[in-house]
Amino acid sequence: MPKQAEVSLPRPAEELKDLYRQLLFLRHYEEKTNFAYRQGKAGGYLHTCIGMEPMAVGWLNVIRKGYDYVITAYRDHGHAIVLGSDPVAVMAEIMGRSNGTSRGKGGSMHLYDPKNGFFGGWGIVGGHTAMGAGLAFAAKYRKEDRVTLCYLGDGAANAGLFFETLNMAGLWDLPVVFIIENNLIAMGTRLEYHAADTELHKRGIPFDMKHERVDCMDLIQTMADAERIVDWVRKNQKPYLVEAMTYRFAGHGAADNNRELYRTKAEEEKAAERDPIKLMEKLLLQHNLMTTEKMEAIDEEVRNEVERIYEQADASPFPEPHEVYENVYTDMIPEEGH
Amino acid sequence: MAVETMTYRDALRTAIVEEMDRDPEVFLMGEDIGRYQGTFRVTQGLFDKYGDERVIDTPITEPGIVGIATGAAMVGLRPIVEMMTMSFSILAIDQIINHAAKIHYMTGGEISVPLVVRGPGGSANQLSAQHSHSLEGWYAHTPGLKVVAPATPEDVYGMFKAAVRDDNPVIFTENPNLYALKGEVNLDPDFTVPFGKAKVAKEGKDVTLVAYSRMTQVSLKAAEALQADGIDAEVVDVRSLLPLDTETIFESVRKTHRAVVVYEDWRSGGFGAEIAARIGEFCFDDLDAPVSRVGGLNVPMPYTRPLELLCIPNEGDVVEAVRKLG
Repeated sequence: MPKQAEVSLPRPAEELKDLYRQLLFLRHYEEKTNFAYRQGKAGGYLHTCIGMEPMAVGWLNVIRKGYDYVITAYRDHGHAIVLGSDPVAVMAEIMGRSNGTSRGKGGSMHLYDPKNGFFGGWGIVGGHTAMGAGLAFAAKYRKEDRVTLCYLGDGAANAGLFFETLNMAGLWDLPVVFIIENNLIAMGTRLEYHAADTELHKRGIPFDMKHERVDCMDLIQTMADAERIVDWVRKNQKPYLVEAMTYRFAGHGAADNNRELYRTKAEEEKAAERDPIKLMEKLLLQHNLMTTEKMEAIDEEVRNEVERIYEQADASPFPEPHEVYENVYTDMIPEEGH
Repeated sequence: MAVETMTYRDALRTAIVEEMDRDPEVFLMGEDIGRYQGTFRVTQGLFDKYGDERVIDTPITEPGIVGIATGAAMVGLRPIVEMMTMSFSILAIDQIINHAAKIHYMTGGEISVPLVVRGPGGSANQLSAQHSHSLEGWYAHTPGLKVVAPATPEDVYGMFKAAVRDDNPVIFTENPNLYALKGEVNLDPDFTVPFGKAKVAKEGKDVTLVAYSRMTQVSLKAAEALQADGIDAEVVDVRSLLPLDTETIFESVRKTHRAVVVYEDWRSGGFGAEIAARIGEFCFDDLDAPVSRVGGLNVPMPYTRPLELLCIPNEGDVVEAVRKLG
């Protein structure tokens, strides 16, 4: 065993500390969105990324933020925040307030922030994947070296449109990384009950696309893989299909209150051993970058920060009735009245 | 600037060329539109002129085509998507209605979608049940879309350029039996026909025929036939279904006191029913007879010519409907 000082850091110390904070922030933020739902402050459907934080923190910290394009499905809070959306505006959107990212017209599933390169936030399983290829198409058309990250879930990997999209991305050499967030369960149906071939990265084979399965519970490993893959796509101007193995500790959505319908407590406990936050804490301790006391202090700080965000969002007004007609079109309002 | 007599097809192609020349971010996507020159030859010659970067032959996957174009439009490109026939847009309807039409609203106005989906809509000639749909009513039902159906070469030219310049998703429907129609076109790169303005195609005082797309031409023929009987019909060409210019329709009905709405779509629930309802709702006191409708027969389009012709409204059907008004 080498002495600790001899083990080189996987990333600079300050970055590791910051990443730890980002993971913690998302964890507490998502717990707060769940709380908002239970309080009746958020309605509709709400999907948290608890346990899946490296999907956003890992991948989105290696791209060129604000330049590269990102699109995902409805488990989108983390993606918006890591890309730079104001967490108050995101929370306000989730609560349907007028200062929300979509002025209260989108909600939890429909977060967008084009100035950060974030294009949603989509609710139809697999339905956004072609638009993801379209973002990459635009970059190629304009001869820019932007890379598009198009996330989807393991359930969406069976959608017909996804196959059409893979074909076009392969056919036209579009610079896009398709990231299948494989958390093993499509809503409440396990992978082995919804996919004929459970190695979802093999969806790339018929389209002559580079493909691989990676672990996305360990943030540092996630970032190493993400950097390598994003760089490859930028350099080679071709698509890439990634099956990112992850695990959601929470239910499918805030309304999913019986996880035992699709998995055992034992499975959850085993998965919790690889909680991305715990893995990160282990790393920080191992390299003497942070004490347990310091971690507890940061945790407390982040909790307080999230509390302030929640209160600020909750103090925000709802939209005015006349706003219902705004933003249907860029240049006109629809016929009014019932 | 010059006034030229040209076909609907050539007028449409001229508009495409002018827009592609004006703006390098305008491009075409569709099935067989490039190397094969387009099924209805609307895009003939454009692949040679602009190359494969701007005239893109796609796989036969309509949802994928509309989706990829929508994604490109979200960051400001201006795609023109051809549906080989509008009947195939049924495959893409989730991308059109549940995605493209919703983006501006769901983003609170942060993202717009300058997308045109165009193609032949309606019956051609014995294409039978799967290739003869008039779907404009489905789309005009959907907030977030604009839907237009020009009836003349000049309107297809001016409205197409307006469609490309529009920052919202536009469904642009062309009846296949209009492509060969000739008419005068005022060629001018700056000329556009704004959406939401109906046109009085023929003035008259006794009855208003309200129509769009090819049914405007059918209504004009019916008006001629009625003239021989001493009935002076006015023809209002709606042109744009969404937005809909009800004022021009109402003004005409207030003058003639009678209205027949003519549309090729299935009579039941087609867009003509919406127009008829609006006339009934807002012009009740001006009407001397109930609003009448002439629509397509409520059956899947049959293949054999005699039965197909029964399904599509013709000038005789319109004349008969006018006579029945009394």
